[in-house]
Amino acid sequence: MIVDNAVAIAQSRRGHFAEGSYSGRAHVLLERSLMAFRNSAWLAVLSGFFEPVLYLFSFGYGLGHLIGKIPLQNGHIVSYAAYIAPGLLATSAMNGAIYDSTWNVFWKIKFDRIYQSMLQTSLGSVDVALGEISWALLRGFAYAVGFMCVVVPAGLITNWWAVMAIPSAVLIAFGFASVGMAITSCFSTFQQMDLINIAMLPMFLFSGSFYPLTVYPGYLQGFLKALPLWQAISLVRDFTLGMVSWGILWHVLYFVVMISIGVTFTAKRLTKLFLR
Amino acid sequence: MANQEILIEAKALVKRYGDFTAVNGIDFQVRKGESFGFLGPNGAGKSTTMRIIAATLTRTSGDISILGKDPEKFGPEIKAHLGVVPQTDNLDNALTVEENLYIYGRYFGLSKKFIKPKIEELLDFAQLVEKRDVKVEALSGGMKRRLTIARALVSEPEILMLDEPTTGLDPQARHILWDRLFRLKEQGVTLLITTHYMDEAEQLCDRLMVMDKGSIMAEDSPAGLIKSYSTKEVLEVRFGSDRNAVVAPQLKEMCERIEVLPDRILLYAEDGESLLHELGQKGLHPLTSLVRRSSLEDVFLRLTGRTLID
Ligand SMILES: Nc1ncnc2c1ncn2[C@@H]1O[C@H](COP(=O)(O)OP(=O)(O)O)[C@@H](O)[C@H]1O
Ligand SMILES: [Mg+2]
Repeated sequence: MIVDNAVAIAQSRRGHFAEGSYSGRAHVLLERSLMAFRNSAWLAVLSGFFEPVLYLFSFGYGLGHLIGKIPLQNGHIVSYAAYIAPGLLATSAMNGAIYDSTWNVFWKIKFDRIYQSMLQTSLGSVDVALGEISWALLRGFAYAVGFMCVVVPAGLITNWWAVMAIPSAVLIAFGFASVGMAITSCFSTFQQMDLINIAMLPMFLFSGSFYPLTVYPGYLQGFLKALPLWQAISLVRDFTLGMVSWGILWHVLYFVVMISIGVTFTAKRLTKLFLR
Repeated sequence: MANQEILIEAKALVKRYGDFTAVNGIDFQVRKGESFGFLGPNGAGKSTTMRIIAATLTRTSGDISILGKDPEKFGPEIKAHLGVVPQTDNLDNALTVEENLYIYGRYFGLSKKFIKPKIEELLDFAQLVEKRDVKVEALSGGMKRRLTIARALVSEPEILMLDEPTTGLDPQARHILWDRLFRLKEQGVTLLITTHYMDEAEQLCDRLMVMDKGSIMAEDSPAGLIKSYSTKEVLEVRFGSDRNAVVAPQLKEMCERIEVLPDRILLYAEDGESLLHELGQKGLHPLTSLVRRSSLEDVFLRLTGRTLID
């Protein structure tokens, strides 16, 4: 039954999980994002789709021509383009999520005061954190599907496990968005925000998108493997190249932990910022 | 009004930001259907008090209840009872006028079916029907303010809280806004208003709390405050900036109370014209003179020794 009375709706949450900070309405934030997206933001979102496609064609085919075939651990041999495609997919999921959860969120906190207006209603900080992060997740999903629409016809995917790359991309986007929003909620200046860009580029270049980590000495490999982008790329690559084992679950666990920490921390920060 | 149910009650309410005390132990009650105002200069602690009521700021000590509920325990419920118009507009710039109203209703969990007709009613109320598809960025200050008020009404709140509703607006926009607020008052909506404009306080409020530096200086109806803290009329005279101080002692003898401001002297009396006449007889001829009725500005001056707007 629909009760159209703001007070009755709020009262019905008494005794529920985290009643003061969660109203069970994170989805209305998605509704808002969709309206805002229709109004203007679609161009920026579209550019995020083309980026990995451009990389794929320039590096995969251009550089791939010189490099030739790549032998995998499981004995298969794949083209260079097929080798880097999962890396680019994971990276585009990451980039979409990071853009939404860092610069967009920063803008909303600092100038638009949007969260302030949400938190003066009966929404809670957990709704806001989850709702905003979910939007980034949808974006990750859209990029993954879009990218698949390019790589499958290009003949770079040859096994059915590759379908799993799509939920993987969602998980990856979720993880990066949670942590991205958590970090942004602690930043108050543009200089601090630039740190995010500074951290992202080397991670993109050195996390094994373009070549295996085995070219590095052991200690550096260990460090790079602890970074979320390597986890993301391995997860997607294991699926698209059909190297499936239980070990994949470690990557999944990595992102589940990342999401839990990110969401919890973001909700705490929003409470501190807007509901002291 | 006095026998109406109490909606908001604060006792010994204190808010400190670090070492600084912004609200220093205030008590007040707001009754159903009344229009209650906090009048005070910048920094008096008005917004802080409003935010504590609206459950978006925690108090340091003291008690407050809104419809019998503690905002720190029942935050979301209290927010559902209130319509909030913050001091600085926080409309959603990425959305249109209509979308702003719609999504705000959705934040409260209201259904599309409920909100849609409500939007028509509120667009009409806020005189924004023609602007419904316009992005918020393109609105004038007065329109934004009206939209913020309309937005606060989507959830049919029992209490509407307005933090400085007309600050920064031009006179015409202010009058339109006052007219809208007056309609709400007539419909019986309980209004909680902060302002540093005495004309706004006089126009809109049944009862006022004069605040300064986190404390309550006085509380009564606008007319009651003027009656208790000022005379019926005020004679404003100017003798030129260097002469003002010289003639002041002599003027002091002739009226109930005197305030010497940098540019003019205020003489408090029951009959301003006859006082002016008396001045002339004593050979005191001001460069300019003006007789007016006492206002809340005079009350504030009396209570704090300062003017409201500096
Ligand atoms: N977040 C804050 N941190 C520290 N001081 C604050 C904060 N918010 C307000 N203040 C101080 O508290 C006092 C009261 O502020 P406020 O309630 O905004 O007054 P008003 O609304 O009457 O102008 C001011 O001196 C202001 O500088
Ligand atoms: Mg204020």
